[in-house]
Amino acid sequence: MTDTPTRTEPADWATDQEVRWCPGCGDYSILTAMRMLMPELEVDREKTVFISGIGCAARFPYYMNTYGMHGIHGRAPAIATGLAMARPDLDIWVIGGDGDMMSIGGNHLIHALRRNVNLKILLFNNMIYGLTKGQFSPTSEVGKVTKSSPMGSLDAPFNPVSVALGAEASFVARTHDMDRQHMMEMFRRAHEHKGASIVEVFQNCNVFNDGAFEGITKKQNRDGNLISLEQGKPIKFGADGEFGVVVENGGAKVVSVADVGEDALLVHDETKPDPSTAFMLSRLSRGPFEPTPIGVFRAIERIEYATSSTAQLAMAQNDKGSGDLSSLLRSRGTWQV
Amino acid sequence: MTDTAPRELPLQELDEVIIRFAGDSGDGMQLTGDQFTSISAALGNDLATLPEFPAEIRAPQGTLAGVSAFQVRISDFAITTPGDAPTVLVAMNPAALKAQLKNLVQGGAIIVNTDAFNERNLEKAGYESDPLEDGTLDGYRSYPVPMSQITRDAVAVHGVKPRDAERSKNFFALGLISWMYTRPVDPTIEFINTKFRGKELVIKANEAAFHAGYNFGETAELFESHYEIKPAELPSGEYTNVNGNTALAWGCAAAGQLARLPIFLGSYPITPASDILHDLSELKHFGIRTFQAEDEIAAVASAVGAAFGGALAFTTTSGPGVALKGEGMGLAVSLELPLIVIDIQRGGPSTGLPTKPEQADLMMAMYGRHSESPMPIIAPRSPADCFNAAIEACRIALRYRTPVMLLSDGYLATSSEPWLLPDVDSLPDIGVDFHTGFNGTNEDGEGIFLPYLRDPETLARPWAIPGTPDLMHRIGGIEKEDGTGNISYDPENHQKMVDLRAAKIEAVDVPDVEVAGDTDADFCMLGWGSTWGAIDAAVDRLQQAGKKAAHVHLTHLNPLPKNLEEVLSKFETVICPEMNDGQLVNLIRAKYLLDIKPVNKMNGVPFTTAEIESAALQAMEAS
Repeated sequence: MTDTPTRTEPADWATDQEVRWCPGCGDYSILTAMRMLMPELEVDREKTVFISGIGCAARFPYYMNTYGMHGIHGRAPAIATGLAMARPDLDIWVIGGDGDMMSIGGNHLIHALRRNVNLKILLFNNMIYGLTKGQFSPTSEVGKVTKSSPMGSLDAPFNPVSVALGAEASFVARTHDMDRQHMMEMFRRAHEHKGASIVEVFQNCNVFNDGAFEGITKKQNRDGNLISLEQGKPIKFGADGEFGVVVENGGAKVVSVADVGEDALLVHDETKPDPSTAFMLSRLSRGPFEPTPIGVFRAIERIEYATSSTAQLAMAQNDKGSGDLSSLLRSRGTWQV
Repeated sequence: MTDTAPRELPLQELDEVIIRFAGDSGDGMQLTGDQFTSISAALGNDLATLPEFPAEIRAPQGTLAGVSAFQVRISDFAITTPGDAPTVLVAMNPAALKAQLKNLVQGGAIIVNTDAFNERNLEKAGYESDPLEDGTLDGYRSYPVPMSQITRDAVAVHGVKPRDAERSKNFFALGLISWMYTRPVDPTIEFINTKFRGKELVIKANEAAFHAGYNFGETAELFESHYEIKPAELPSGEYTNVNGNTALAWGCAAAGQLARLPIFLGSYPITPASDILHDLSELKHFGIRTFQAEDEIAAVASAVGAAFGGALAFTTTSGPGVALKGEGMGLAVSLELPLIVIDIQRGGPSTGLPTKPEQADLMMAMYGRHSESPMPIIAPRSPADCFNAAIEACRIALRYRTPVMLLSDGYLATSSEPWLLPDVDSLPDIGVDFHTGFNGTNEDGEGIFLPYLRDPETLARPWAIPGTPDLMHRIGGIEKEDGTGNISYDPENHQKMVDLRAAKIEAVDVPDVEVAGDTDADFCMLGWGSTWGAIDAAVDRLQQAGKKAAHVHLTHLNPLPKNLEEVLSKFETVICPEMNDGQLVNLIRAKYLLDIKPVNKMNGVPFTTAEIESAALQAMEAS
């Protein structure tokens, strides 16, 4: 790597492959945000890798002119973990949907997060299975009527932010596909973070779950239902900042600022080592129909996994010298015949 | 060493002995057997070992389920198996006697810890009367020794509590056996001091117990003689004693150096493969990164990721883990990346017999992935051969950019044999070059990179790793166009890719098989993997009985050696002993239409030489 920043244009990050998402899919705006962000990050294309699993979101690597792998369903965090360990010099993004990362790959996601592998994980949550044509997903609401749940889904959904916090994630954020600037800011923050970062992106599937997030992301609903978390500031929302969030009885609660006074509001601190407050905030909303926080829930420093692995290799070489095959074969005693 | 004058006992010379140490799984029988093996190796005997332990770490004490055993055969001639049946049984308790007596040869010696034969232990072992007194041991030479009591007395002077003292009784047994077979004392004392470094009381107790056992043999008027087994005539050179899993781990480490690549191992603990993970985890100074994954799937997936990044990547497991890795291996087939999948086969189906061997994953290795998903298969034939097999598997994986399956088994994994150490400078260079430049041009004449443009000789695609300027490319499990690697659902392209993947594996360079034994025989035994030792020994016995027999043993199971059909066709009768229900037989019959006969065994115990000899004689008679 040279010291001079790498200069690229968004177009440099596009491939010659035709983008094949359905017209109107939220994935397009995420792709645009990513291609626009990349030049700003001043990174090299050849050092950047996108790894995905299976699903609509997982086609993402084909559209970024970097190294990329379209893997198998759910396993992207595990594939990326191996790559990150073998190649700590790379900038690795992991892309997947709610089925890919919360259902079939849920196990790999939580373990990548707890290990704090240096991965930037983007979870495109559209609350539905798109590629298999419309079954309920692990983030779909109870009672969701789909082809596989004609009388309504029985499954209680996962809240991806709560899951990530429970899995000891060191960076957790949420954004949505209707706000490019906010997406770019969250992706930038994820990129700056050393360790595993996860960004949940509310993403509209206009074919199988259209309008799932309208209750909070539609222009006229944003003021009343999107709570933008800002570091060091009291958590407020509403057209005139008339609503706020307080902690009460061990949980977070929406209040009228006029009722409690400005000083009673919870001041957002993403750097708190204890994840409890961030978890409370993740539980504030039951779904995308009532006030829901977006922004960075948690950003703490924790030792990164591949860095520790590299340190152990160095320590071993320091103690034992570089591996010598001939002495290895004699390490358990020998005799002459 | 002793204040009692040694008795003058006759020293008898033996050409071999097969000793089985048996006790409770907490009694340290594996350690005892291992140490006896080490001293015998240093004396120049040829040897082979067969550990046998329950799947439970500590099954209820004193029960049949908790019996742990270690068989070692030492000889003054070259051997290839740990022997069919022990000639000496060391039984530390009634359960060990009950579980193992049936294995002992008629007239064999039993050295038994009489202190353990109390009412409670007899009951736990299911004995209604005391087998030491009720005639059970008629027909054997039985040596009753109060091992627990003598051990307690011997260590008491060091201030060891009686309860802890009991734990040294395996060293008493080792001392006694060391005396019986005239093994030197010093190496074991050294071993005790190294093994238990920092635990002074334990060292003193074990030393005292070991000496007590040795002296007991010398002074107790129980034994009529002791024995000597002269060194075997083995090719000269430097030897070590190695088991299959360690040899495999060392082979992996060697392959990394021979390929000049960093090693990545993604693994999830599973019996009997975990020791490879343990061994490689100790070799961080070789630049080996081990990753204990959250599950078998993550283990193979992480290895695929590491291979994409340019590492020599491995995943180690046993049958149930291979089942879970199926989709990950399919991905590696489609991505055409080097990957080595090591399967230490065990009894199945399902959890099956975790500590017992089988060779029943051959079909899974061949066909255990969805669609047409060919992988080369390598199978080592002996513990030491695991080293060569690991290097060969890596060579093929790297040269052809393909996942390779290495099939070892629980028998090879834990058995050990002397290994004439190779000259490391003579090991093959298996390195390949990463691709660093354009390999095509676009319509405008500009250089481009085609990730699936194949080497015309090997059909391997270029391996360009992230970080290489200008060669950014995307690969994936979706069918891709040959050359560009772009997604393609085109029918003709898919047919072409299926054909290419098959042709690439079919053309892997595999050495011809050689015929061992009598090359002009009418009768041949075909084997693969760990049956080699028993088949080889059976050929010897048949020859001694004046019969002619040939032996063909496969290391490469996919693709098969090019001369195999011709070689097998020359024999009138071919039998194939394997620890499954006829999997290699089915492959050979299907491929060559040769009527070879199955000889199958599925009881979790390796073939004995006698079983193979008898199958051979039957087949000869029938033909």
